[in-house]
Amino acid sequence: MLDFLQQLVSGLALGCIYGLIALGFVLIYKATEVINFAQGDLMMLGGFVAYTYITIVGLNYWLGFLLAVLTMGLVGMTIERFVVRPILGFPLFSIIMVTIGLGFLLRSLAGMIWGTDDLKIEAPFSQGVLKIGDLVLAYDKLSVIVVTVILIAVLYLFFNRTRLGTAMRATSENMLAAYYMGIPVKRVVSLVWAISAMVAGVAGVLLAPITFVHSNVGLALGLKAFPAAVLGGFGSIPGALVGGLIIGVVETMAGFYLPQGWKDVAPYIILLLVLLLRPEGLFGALGRKKV
Amino acid sequence: MRFIFKTDYEQDIKLMQHSGAWWSYGLLFAVLAAAPYFIGSYLQSQLVFVFIYAIVGVALMILVGFTGQGSIGHAAFLAIGAYTAGFLQSRGYPFEVYFPAAGILTGVVGAIVGIPALRLHGIYLLIATISFAFIVEEILARWESVTHGNEGMRVRAVEFFGQTVTRDSNSFYFLCLAILVLVIIATLNLMRSPTGRAFIAIRDSETAAKSMGIDLAKYKVRSFAISAAITGLAGTLYAHKMSFISPEMFTLLLSIEFIMVIIIGGAFGLHGAILGAIFIVMVDPMITMLKDDLPGMIASLSRGIGMGDDGARVVQDRLYAIFSAPGLKGAIYGLIIIMFVLFEPMGLYGRWLKIKLYFQLFPLYKKSTFRRQKTYVKSERNR
Repeated sequence: MLDFLQQLVSGLALGCIYGLIALGFVLIYKATEVINFAQGDLMMLGGFVAYTYITIVGLNYWLGFLLAVLTMGLVGMTIERFVVRPILGFPLFSIIMVTIGLGFLLRSLAGMIWGTDDLKIEAPFSQGVLKIGDLVLAYDKLSVIVVTVILIAVLYLFFNRTRLGTAMRATSENMLAAYYMGIPVKRVVSLVWAISAMVAGVAGVLLAPITFVHSNVGLALGLKAFPAAVLGGFGSIPGALVGGLIIGVVETMAGFYLPQGWKDVAPYIILLLVLLLRPEGLFGALGRKKV
Repeated sequence: MRFIFKTDYEQDIKLMQHSGAWWSYGLLFAVLAAAPYFIGSYLQSQLVFVFIYAIVGVALMILVGFTGQGSIGHAAFLAIGAYTAGFLQSRGYPFEVYFPAAGILTGVVGAIVGIPALRLHGIYLLIATISFAFIVEEILARWESVTHGNEGMRVRAVEFFGQTVTRDSNSFYFLCLAILVLVIIATLNLMRSPTGRAFIAIRDSETAAKSMGIDLAKYKVRSFAISAAITGLAGTLYAHKMSFISPEMFTLLLSIEFIMVIIIGGAFGLHGAILGAIFIVMVDPMITMLKDDLPGMIASLSRGIGMGDDGARVVQDRLYAIFSAPGLKGAIYGLIIIMFVLFEPMGLYGRWLKIKLYFQLFPLYKKSTFRRQKTYVKSERNR
């Protein structure tokens, strides 16, 4: 029983990481109906930027954290301006290919700039563990859980309660109509990319003590976040968290109770089942046009 | 400029639109058929890879370019074809048995993958094909009694009607060329049949296709199956060319390379698949050239403009360090994808058509002939 609980807790921690990356997908999808395949790589970049500020420049952890997140916001805006904006409104497939290409580019550039060794950022809280009875949870994993929950709550309220959030939803619904209503569509899209890259930056910094910073870390985690986003229903912010948690727990359990190999495939099997049985996911709303 | 005056439908669906086409394609075929006697073994080997990639390109073109369904999982179909060949060959079956068998098996798997495609479109379909590819990769690594797991599997030379065809021989080159030509002709015939027209109708508008009485489910599954089957055939050739197959050869990167083939070539005609295949196969030798020759060349150039020997050596070392960085291939792939989608969305074949039209219309060519129609994003969730 203790084994089970321990696996459950570490599954939840892993799930929060997936949820955090899936949140990035969801934000961009919610506002522009584009899937950013480079989301995991943006997260990786965030880790490297934070490493530069904290370890190389020698700034205080929290200051470095903040600067890294702001830098990632700028990166997101730059990407939107020069890569995404020129092809927004063209077939979805081309935009997705561009983000895949962008992922390649970021991955290799990061490898060239920062090398291919595993880098580590020391967080002030990365040593201790939280003990509840016999359960053990490291503080750095706890930080991921706490931050994910807070971020998701804040962004959920932002999208559903604020004017800007409503403008973003309107943009995704119908860009032309949003223009007519006086919404500055270009600025809205740019802002969404900035927010999404900032979320990726937060994820990258928080993950640095757990998975190390490496140029390939983004690809592996980014691809695992797809099942999370799909399970939650692409376009639903709380769905990203719930989907991430389910995928994280299933993956950890499969690694513990099932033979070797199931761990890596289990998320994708779930993904295919969801797509077959309920493509709109747990929280999504997917309308159908009848002919 | 040639104007073709069509008077009946038979003329509209002719394989060759005018007699000149017979001459140009015939000449190309003759050159390719004579090539192995003139070119070196390295170039010949590269050409075989071009043929194999082109077969996969044609398969993807049917699915992506003509039916409008996305797939980032074609490496998995290639793997299924390759492993079917390897397994059946180790059981003692000859090429003429396992080659069609690989096509049929992959086609059946493709049809099964196509079933979710009925309910999915856009991103969901892409994600589904990616996860399918991951699952296949994992199965290949784990099903050791058939695939030998991560150790990989040796594939012997082709036994074709009692004759042994080694992977570097002229005969293997001709085999690949013949299969490519057959696949292209079959595809051309498919595309001028009712099935092909249904595919194009589905690409252009699912709603319109449905109202014209096209059974979307049937034709989407069919498109997936045909595309997968052709990829499976390419897989057997690939297995023989590599002579060794293991699960890590069929990764996401390979699937993306296949997508690049049609994006670079131009995803609207079979010419695109061939041009894209040539381009992709050329990338690797180009990178090697970048690494080995370019630093020296630029160094001697900078010596020529008076930088002195020391300056030239610094330039050479610096460039060498840049070009031998480990991630260079990924960066180049990324740049190629981004540049083509942003600046040359119709690909190499589109560029060729533009150049041709420029000379045909000489002073009257205008850029807007090929301008893309820009639409505003509308939610897919409400369709």
